[in-house]
Amino acid sequence: MSFLPKPKVAHPGLPLNALGLNRRDYEGVMSTLCAGCGHDSVTAAIVQACFELELPPHNVVKFSGIGCSSKTTAYFVAGAHGFNAVHGRMPSIASGAHAANRHLHSIGVSGDGDSLSIGLGQLAHVIRRNPRMLYLIENNGVYGLTKGQFSASADVGTRSRRGDVNEQRPLDPVLLALALGAPFVARGFSGDREQLVPLLKAGLSSGGFALIDVLSPCVTFNDHEGSTKSYAYVREHREAPVALDYIAPRRAIEASYAAGEVLPVTLHDGSRVLLRKLEPDYDPTDRTRAAAFVQERALANEYVTGLIYMEPERRDFHTRHNTADAALNALPFARLCPGAGKLAEILREFR
Amino acid sequence: MQPTDPRDPDYYHRVVDCQWACPAHTDVPEYIRLIALGRYGDAYLVNRATNVFPGILGRVCDRPCEPACRRGRVEASPVAICRLKRVAADLREDITARLPRAAERRNGKRVACVGAGPASLTVANDLLPLGYEVVIFEQHAWPGGLMRSNIPAFRLPAAVLDEEIGYITGMGADLRLGTPVRSLAALLDSGGFAAVFIGSGAPRGKELALPGRDASERIHIGIAWLESVAFGHVTAIGERVLIIGVGNTAMDCCRTALRLGARSVQVMARKPRGFFKASAWELEDAEEEHVAIVVNHAPKAFVVHDGRLQGMTFERLEYELDGERITAQRVIEEVFVPCDDVILAIGQENAFPWIERDLGIEFDAHELPRLDPVTFESTRRGVFFGGDAACGPRNIIEAVAQGHAAALSIDLHCRGEPLNARPPHAVTLQSRKIGLHEWSYRNAWDGRERRLVPHISLRERFRRLDVEVELGFDAARAAEEVRRCLNCDIQTVFEAPRCIECDACLDICPTDCLTITADGAPPAVQARLRAPRLHPAQPLFVSAPLRQTGRIMVKDEDLCVHCGLCAERCPTGAWDMRKSWVHIPQAGDEARCQGPAQRRRA
Ligand SMILES: Cc1cc2nc3c(=O)[nH]c(=O)nc-3n(C[C@H](O)[C@H](O)[C@H](O)COP(=O)(O)OP(=O)(O)OC[C@H]3O[C@@H](n4cnc5c(N)ncnc54)[C@H](O)[C@@H]3O)c2cc1C
Ligand SMILES: Cc1ncc(C[n+]2csc(CCOP(=O)(O)OP(=O)(O)O)c2C)c(N)n1
Ligand code: SF4
Ligand code: SF4
Ligand code: SF4
Ligand SMILES: [Mg+2]
Repeated sequence: MSFLPKPKVAHPGLPLNALGLNRRDYEGVMSTLCAGCGHDSVTAAIVQACFELELPPHNVVKFSGIGCSSKTTAYFVAGAHGFNAVHGRMPSIASGAHAANRHLHSIGVSGDGDSLSIGLGQLAHVIRRNPRMLYLIENNGVYGLTKGQFSASADVGTRSRRGDVNEQRPLDPVLLALALGAPFVARGFSGDREQLVPLLKAGLSSGGFALIDVLSPCVTFNDHEGSTKSYAYVREHREAPVALDYIAPRRAIEASYAAGEVLPVTLHDGSRVLLRKLEPDYDPTDRTRAAAFVQERALANEYVTGLIYMEPERRDFHTRHNTADAALNALPFARLCPGAGKLAEILREFR
Repeated sequence: MQPTDPRDPDYYHRVVDCQWACPAHTDVPEYIRLIALGRYGDAYLVNRATNVFPGILGRVCDRPCEPACRRGRVEASPVAICRLKRVAADLREDITARLPRAAERRNGKRVACVGAGPASLTVANDLLPLGYEVVIFEQHAWPGGLMRSNIPAFRLPAAVLDEEIGYITGMGADLRLGTPVRSLAALLDSGGFAAVFIGSGAPRGKELALPGRDASERIHIGIAWLESVAFGHVTAIGERVLIIGVGNTAMDCCRTALRLGARSVQVMARKPRGFFKASAWELEDAEEEHVAIVVNHAPKAFVVHDGRLQGMTFERLEYELDGERITAQRVIEEVFVPCDDVILAIGQENAFPWIERDLGIEFDAHELPRLDPVTFESTRRGVFFGGDAACGPRNIIEAVAQGHAAALSIDLHCRGEPLNARPPHAVTLQSRKIGLHEWSYRNAWDGRERRLVPHISLRERFRRLDVEVELGFDAARAAEEVRRCLNCDIQTVFEAPRCIECDACLDICPTDCLTITADGAPPAVQARLRAPRLHPAQPLFVSAPLRQTGRIMVKDEDLCVHCGLCAERCPTGAWDMRKSWVHIPQAGDEARCQGPAQRRRA
């Protein structure tokens, strides 16, 4: 936490995007998290991704629950809409908002506590619903805000700062999302922005529910020896089977690749991702094998990071329900509420 | 990349742009903070320690610090450093008891100084406290050199000169006014001087040898004319005056002419705007007084009929420019400009008619003495030069800086030490952290623009020759201006082994100075900086490899606003904000600080 606001002055050479905004225009208020928190890095990556995607701030809506991670929606895209829900209930609020306006870019930020303990049921159902939203779990293995109790993602054998050892088996949000049918599943690390920013951009452009589990160390309660979620541990224990490059719509692919080396996938909004296999036998479109790979590597104490699974063709919430294209607030009242006569007519059909 | 070695005393010094640019290396941000605290006397003494004449320089310094000031890169204009110096002088309490004093016991050595300009006065200032007897020979009846004879009183009041020169002569300098040195050989032969310092300036104004030059008395040489005005020998001038040249002397000539009764004053410039030698602020001040600056006119001849000056003919020129370079010029026509007086202000030259050429003192083709650039010793042992006499016409602050360097040499010389046994330049650092989120300096960004110095009204200023035009900042305005200083001397000091690469500092930095990236060749690393490198002359800090990934922390010093947020957000204290003290040795330091000379002797 700092008492001094970040000065308004900016580097005069900062590039502008097509909207005439620079990266700093996508910042929010000053973070009150502990200095060095991984969550602040994730915030900076979101700022970068929104700037690069040239999102008009007023077309963004941010959702969160409770926790240090959930506080961070205040720290990016100050000009966006937002809702800070009660603990674990963000998915319902986000689903409702998305039902009302499918054109907004939804960004949900949650924590391992918020999503895997109190909000586990909510998370499972929002995955099944498949609204178009980017859902981040800033995963630090602890309840940071309430001073560092183990969360449901803490690994067996992890030692708390006070020396207690966790013996319960962890929940891995990536495996959960794969099992529940999420169409876009990835894992990032707050300390690797080069990997994270393209994942965020791809997730925001994917057309469905994109879950990214971001390992995001808690410097205060979980960055010591004996933690499997510290900066040093994560840096030592991660591998990526696929590298993802994000190509904006109408942008030419500049690098040249040998045939068969990359798998180009066109996303919902016309942008593309190029998937380069780093692990020859890995197939990011095969859900069961992806899950098996993640589990195998977990047994070897390795985090699988990067894009893990992708299914561009899944029908999202609005397609499935054949809803109106316009946002509800843009529909004339007469269409939104056809009146008592129409209601009576509908009810007659059921008699 | 090669990691930066911050133990190099120049590294942190360079970050303090103003202090680096100042020839005397005055600790600008330190005195600005003292002004902010209302400690004007302390601010004055910080200045005086290096620049000797804060009240004088606060009015007329050439201020190389201001174009260098980082604030001018971060937003439009630099901090009004020079005018804040004047604030320290104007608002100071009585500090006389805290000034250096002559040593109680003389050391038996006598040093002669030729000329009582700022260079010689600085030598005296430095040597008197060490016990030297300093004899200053000055041809004029007043001390001060060009500061008194040429800088007009409407820019620099006599009282300010008297007071600050008095601090030095008051220490017991043996000031012999009205005593020109006519022969250096005689001075050297007179014996009794352990060393001689020559601070006699660049006294000769350049001539303009054109037809008609000698046909009229109404053609004046600028610096001689200003001297005559200063000493009261000239009190009037014709109605229409032409000034030839557009340097700083020209600016003083045109404004002085207005005060002596000229109605129309035109400064005739050979080149277009942008190629003038005068400082921007001097041009502004002249134009405020309705002086006309006429560009692209090359003087051709003086037109004199019957011994009366009628005017001058000029060639009107047209230039072709390529950016800031002139690629071609063409004469378009010849024009006649009528006038009553012409003042030539096209430069100064050195002249040492009183220095015999068989004394072992060598001169170059421009009549400049051959000197050691560090010690300022001439090719004859024990004879030193400084100020305009050493390098041709420059400015006061350079004369002061060279005076300090020469005084140190003289002290070494008189103590029988080699002149290169000077203590090294050094930087010491001291943390400014005083609490979890507290720093002992004000680090909040203040976006306000540069405050303007009020001027006395046009009506008032011409009443007398010596009405000071600039009024200086009052305490309230100064209090606003000081907040614009970025505290560049509060350095960001990095300890690589502590960094856990959390990126917090990178993300908080408002001006994107910081980057963590893979090591590599300099061009590759520079291409990966988070923000483009706008001023490649500004230093890059490159850390040793970081512990967790072997990457490096790179800081582009260019636009750092020294807000301290990197240090505040760093969880491990890898960044700290530390005040840098730059030590440039002065006379006496070599004895005080157990320098190499001392150690060798022990
Ligand atoms: C018109 C004008 C305006 C200027 N304005 C500024 C300004 O605004 N700011 C700035 O920083 N600089 C200014 N300068 C330059 C500045 O005044 C000089 O660079 C500075 O004074 C040089 O100092 P000095 O000690 O080397 O020599 P000087 O100031 O020239 O002093 C030399 C002294 O030596 C004396 N002397 C010379 N020969 C002998 C001898 N044989 N025996 C005895 N005495 C002798 C002279 O009478 C003189 O008093 C200006 C110069 C001019 C001409
Ligand atoms: C209904 C309810 N139960 C419990 C809490 C207390 N509580 C606040 S934050 C939190 C856990 C946050 O953990 P996580 O989501 O991992 O966030 P982090 O702080 O680690 O980023 C808990 C249990 C609460 N605020 N509301
Ligand atoms: S901002 Fe202050 S310290 Fe920095 S260069 Fe300018 S005056 Fe000097
Ligand atoms: S002090 Fe630190 S955070 Fe502030 S501008 Fe400089 S490098 Fe950036
Ligand atoms: S905040 Fe400190 S630990 Fe984090 S990257 Fe910067 S210097 Fe390293
Ligand atoms: Mg947590």
